[in-house]
Amino acid sequence: MSNREETLIPKVGVITDVRIDTPDIKTFRVVTPDGKKAFDHRPGQCAMLSVPGVGEAMFSITSSPTNEEYMEFSIKKCGCVTDWLHQAEVGQQITIRGPYGNPFPVDDVFAGKNLLFIAGGVGLAPLRSVINYCRHYRDRYGDIDIVYGSRSKDDLLDYNEIIEEWSTDAGVNVHLTIDNPQDGWDGHVGFVPSYVKELGFDTNKTAVLCGPPIMIKFTLEGLCELGFDKTQIYTTLELRMKCGVGKCGRCNVGAKYVCKDGPVFRCDELDELPDEY
Amino acid sequence: MQKITQNQLIEKAASLLSDGTVNAVLGWSRGEFGYDVTPKMFKTEEDLKENFVWNDFCGVNFSKYLVSKTDRFDGKILVFLKPCDTYSFNQLLTEHRFEREKVYAVGIPCEGMVDVIKLKAVTGEGISEIKEDGENLLVTTIYEDAPVKVAFKDVLLERCINCKSKKHVAYDELMGDEGEVIESKRFDEVAKIEAMTPDERFAFWQNELSRCIRCNACRDACPACTCEKCVFDNPQSGVENKAPANSFEEKMFHIIRAYHVAGRCTDCGECSRVCPQNIPLHLLNRKFIKDINEFYGEYQAGAEVGSRAPLVDYTTEDLEPGEVFDRRDIDA
Amino acid sequence: MLKCSLDKINSVFEEIAKTAKLYIPADDKDGSAVYKQWENGIEWSSSLNTVRSPKDFFLPQMENLMEFKTEGKNIEVIDNRCETEDFVIFGVRACDVKSFEVLDRVFLSEPVDSYYASRREKGVIVSTACSKPSETCFCKTFGISPEEPEGDVTTWKTEDEIFFKANTSKGEALLEKLSAYTEECDETVVTEQKEKISAIMAKLPLKDLKTDAFGGGKTEEFFNNPVWEELSGSCLGCGTCTFVCPTCQCYDIKDFNTGKGVIRFRCWDSCMYSEFTKMAHGNNRITQKERFRQRFMHKLVYYPENNDGMFSCVGCGRCLSKCPISMNIVKVMKKIGDVDA
Repeated sequence: MSNREETLIPKVGVITDVRIDTPDIKTFRVVTPDGKKAFDHRPGQCAMLSVPGVGEAMFSITSSPTNEEYMEFSIKKCGCVTDWLHQAEVGQQITIRGPYGNPFPVDDVFAGKNLLFIAGGVGLAPLRSVINYCRHYRDRYGDIDIVYGSRSKDDLLDYNEIIEEWSTDAGVNVHLTIDNPQDGWDGHVGFVPSYVKELGFDTNKTAVLCGPPIMIKFTLEGLCELGFDKTQIYTTLELRMKCGVGKCGRCNVGAKYVCKDGPVFRCDELDELPDEY
Repeated sequence: MQKITQNQLIEKAASLLSDGTVNAVLGWSRGEFGYDVTPKMFKTEEDLKENFVWNDFCGVNFSKYLVSKTDRFDGKILVFLKPCDTYSFNQLLTEHRFEREKVYAVGIPCEGMVDVIKLKAVTGEGISEIKEDGENLLVTTIYEDAPVKVAFKDVLLERCINCKSKKHVAYDELMGDEGEVIESKRFDEVAKIEAMTPDERFAFWQNELSRCIRCNACRDACPACTCEKCVFDNPQSGVENKAPANSFEEKMFHIIRAYHVAGRCTDCGECSRVCPQNIPLHLLNRKFIKDINEFYGEYQAGAEVGSRAPLVDYTTEDLEPGEVFDRRDIDA
Repeated sequence: MLKCSLDKINSVFEEIAKTAKLYIPADDKDGSAVYKQWENGIEWSSSLNTVRSPKDFFLPQMENLMEFKTEGKNIEVIDNRCETEDFVIFGVRACDVKSFEVLDRVFLSEPVDSYYASRREKGVIVSTACSKPSETCFCKTFGISPEEPEGDVTTWKTEDEIFFKANTSKGEALLEKLSAYTEECDETVVTEQKEKISAIMAKLPLKDLKTDAFGGGKTEEFFNNPVWEELSGSCLGCGTCTFVCPTCQCYDIKDFNTGKGVIRFRCWDSCMYSEFTKMAHGNNRITQKERFRQRFMHKLVYYPENNDGMFSCVGCGRCLSKCPISMNIVKVMKKIGDVDA
């Protein structure tokens, strides 16, 4: 036996709750077999979840670090591991290792700032962690605006939490939108990038973006048109990863490893990377 | 030792480029040491004059490149084909792998290509220049004052020693004289392996295939391996393996590949030429060719476009499975 | 400096093999050299180098990382790592010794890869100066000295003698064990051999290849160079260059269901392969051009940017002799860096 530490060897985790969020997204609650959190993390960090025999994949930790009881992962069904997880029941064990990557700079850069969160689809998953962190330490931050859009009302992640908790917080403004009109929806209809421009935010904010690449591209352009500087905008990237610690080489883009140097990047830092993420 | 010269090929290519017959030339480009030529698409006469090379090291079979090149290049491509390359060319056409109209094929005679490993076994390391001199190669190395003389026929690639045909079975234009199909001794090595006991044969392949590093060079160079997505690259296939996880997987890759190209392999020998570990992979395919010849009558894949290979054709004269089973004692 | 007659080399090997597994380059049936575990009858190859690099000793092509037992909904993670036994690799060339430093910077940086670290700690490297470099050698380009390679022990081999110099405490301990076979000597012969090697290096065809054009911070300069299209145009997309390369270190982690449990193993992977970066919903390197570019940008720009200017190439020349279509880092450096050599 070896006494050395080894990050590649995971811990066992137990799924203690499965919430059906949308037709293709479920949120899994995970603790260790003795009912504790597997490890501490910072907002925006990720974990490697695996199903032995099926594979291992990187997921952003959806729950806030301020939740001391468990971790949550909002997972869209789109590949081997996620297909398997979507069939898993409460009580199923999986493996978990982490935390990996750099978090959002919630305690320094974000402190005292007005925050603007912009998400599309399952892109809300990594932002939920930081949104709830900032809500928990509400007095450390200025106004919070959240723009969130999805294909339809049914595809909005964390809908109940958004309506019942986020929307009712003082100083938190939630702006929801869906791609196409739908019965029972009297909110905004349209894509996120154009909605952001419509809302015409003041530039006295730090913005955080997450969503499909095309949404990020146009939203970023929109924010720049509104006068935002790229140094005020953060996003989080997703690439194929295997080790999570900058060694296996898969998520290497330019001199950066997304798993280790990201996944959180400031948008001006992205400009220095070659265009292949 | 080639009968046709580099200049003749450059002139031919330049004239076909300039008269608009073709828009690009798939040829070999000069390397660092005389033997390390690289396939390249030439688009200008200047580039041809500066970098095009034709020598005893132009082993690469261009036929497979036509699949990707014709797909990505908008225009007509001139390709130089050695006799063995023309068989792959026809086989790929039979399998509808590229558009014939996008290619202008010029058949060129070939006297055989040199195996650099065999050459270095004679000259040693440190080759700085290689010249042709009649039936010999004059190899300059940094270690010898005078060039080392090496007989061309002593350092040929295995596939060229056992050349099956000097005849071009496809071309738009032929340079030089047409050759003949050759009675080769290419099945002798296969017969030797057939003569082994099953245990010896198993040990032979175990030893050879244990050296495999799963680099996929054999597959990626093989003109019969043109699946758009290879089963061994597909994580969903259950057999995707980048490293031999055990001695079974080591063999599985090569055996499956041999089966997959059976009846379609023209015996071009690229698999063995490119193998960095010197595994005689062509012997697996040649065993299939020998068996097909014996079971169904002589058949040469790629000899003509559109021929129905015995393995995908049914006739009432076909061998019964039982007869194949009975042969097992002869083989063993 | 110690020396020993080459007549006694097998006794030296025998002595080393008493306390550690000893691996030496030996000739295989087809005449190429491979590292073999020494036993009586295995002879030290006179080839310049092995076809496969010795990176296998520290990062094997395939290794089991852990096992899982599953029962119903339950999973047991079985950590069956063992500490590696002591071993000695003998006759490692200067380029390959340097490659271990390239790998160290990846695997020994935090978080340390325990599998690699264990082998690195237990392995003793005995290097041998290159008396007959090949035309494909260009280690000098990367500041490597074939005259005096690094390693725990450096050796020089002449017609009839072998000279030893310890560079580390591990090396001193090894030479201590060999004291019955060695005697003290001055450096005259070795100095002479070093001069000879330098003279040969000055004659090699790639002697003028320089790295000046490359290094960290040059991503923008090279990334969109149209020449990548031409250079990668005939790349077959096989993994030969990456697998024979002593510094390529990308790997995959996969699960293998044995029927009784699941083995999670790691194996070499190649950025040249089409599915290397493929995710469920996309691939950020769709064509071979992008994959080809990644390999060379990583070696010449990205790696140096993260590692104090050190390049991820040691000029061993394996890719030069093994690429099926003779495309390689030298041709890339000359074309993309417009370097005269």
